Amino acid sequence: MDARLLADLNARRHARQAVAVVTPLPGGETRLVGDGDDLAGDPLAVEIAAALRAGRSGIVAKDGAETFINVHVPAPRIVAIGAVHISQALIPVAAAAGYDLIVVDPRTAFATPERFAATTLLADWPEAVLPGLGIDRYTALAAVTHDPKIDDWAIVHAIRRDAFYVGALGSRKTHAKRRERLLSAGLTEADVEGIHAPIGIDIGAASPGEIAVAVMAEVIEAFRRRPIGAPRSPGAPRSPGAPGSIGSRPPGAPS
Amino acid sequence: MQIDATGTDVPGTDVPGTDVLGVAERWIAAGRPVALATVVETWGSAPRPVGSHLVIDGEGAFEGSVSGGCVEGAVIAEAVEVIADGAPRLLEFGVADETAWRVGLSCGGRIRVLVERVG
Repeated sequence: MDARLLADLNARRHARQAVAVVTPLPGGETRLVGDGDDLAGDPLAVEIAAALRAGRSGIVAKDGAETFINVHVPAPRIVAIGAVHISQALIPVAAAAGYDLIVVDPRTAFATPERFAATTLLADWPEAVLPGLGIDRYTALAAVTHDPKIDDWAIVHAIRRDAFYVGALGSRKTHAKRRERLLSAGLTEADVEGIHAPIGIDIGAASPGEIAVAVMAEVIEAFRRRPIGAPRSPGAPRSPGAPGSIGSRPPGAPS
Repeated sequence: MQIDATGTDVPGTDVPGTDVLGVAERWIAAGRPVALATVVETWGSAPRPVGSHLVIDGEGAFEGSVSGGCVEGAVIAEAVEVIADGAPRLLEFGVADETAWRVGLSCGGRIRVLVERVG
């Protein structure tokens, strides 16, 4: 392995990018394939895409040759907007599924360390803290405050940053109003269609614990079945947004 | 093949707080010759999952693990050779039942380990 390739690999890992290290056996020239690189024409396109999606390393045998694909995938995580009862219930559920949980809420009456001792709590507006978190394709966003002033900016930001899951709490009527606001804010119909609302898989969940399980199940499905290998081109926003509009991509930020 | 249940970075490759690939990069920056050993295949109850790394320098100093201690000695000896001649080696080990028992596994396993020079 080339030293520059190792440095490149480490840089991508630290930037929370999924990357596959592809090495012909019994040892040969190693190459890196990032999640988002164009795989068209790659003889191992299908195998590399599958390995990246599953987060699974292994050997593939093709045309009499063995190749080792070592996959490095960022840890998936959930950002919950709203330090509410559902978010409290989500702490042990997310931990059981192996997801990190970050809770964001500017309302200090809700965002108390006592209620969220077991997780990362940021008692500030999403506008203030989400850009620093580096929302990415391995981040899920669950907006559960019921307050558009807090939820909307975070939803738009997460969609623009390609979060693998965006879910929002609220009835269908609430979501219809949200839909109008988000379209006015510059999201496309396709963007808004991608929002999971009402949040959580439909299991008739009623209590906060049950809703947390329904949300977690939806997040897991979105992650495990997410499309790999044919993403949008780097730097191209999924939807046009005027500079300075809510959720707009900061200059120079990774896509 | 070991499946990462959480989708996190290469499962179980690193002891928390020990980034083996980061160590390899730092050693190279410090001018040390470095080999990287990687578990590429496992059968049975192998102690470390596919993708696990061990980094070794020319003096036999190492960080990380490919077998939880079962075959590290042999891998390190090969790695010093790899550093010397630059030719990668693909090694196969059977992890004996007795050894497997010692590392807390109920039955034996086999692993294949790629050892290559970095730099």
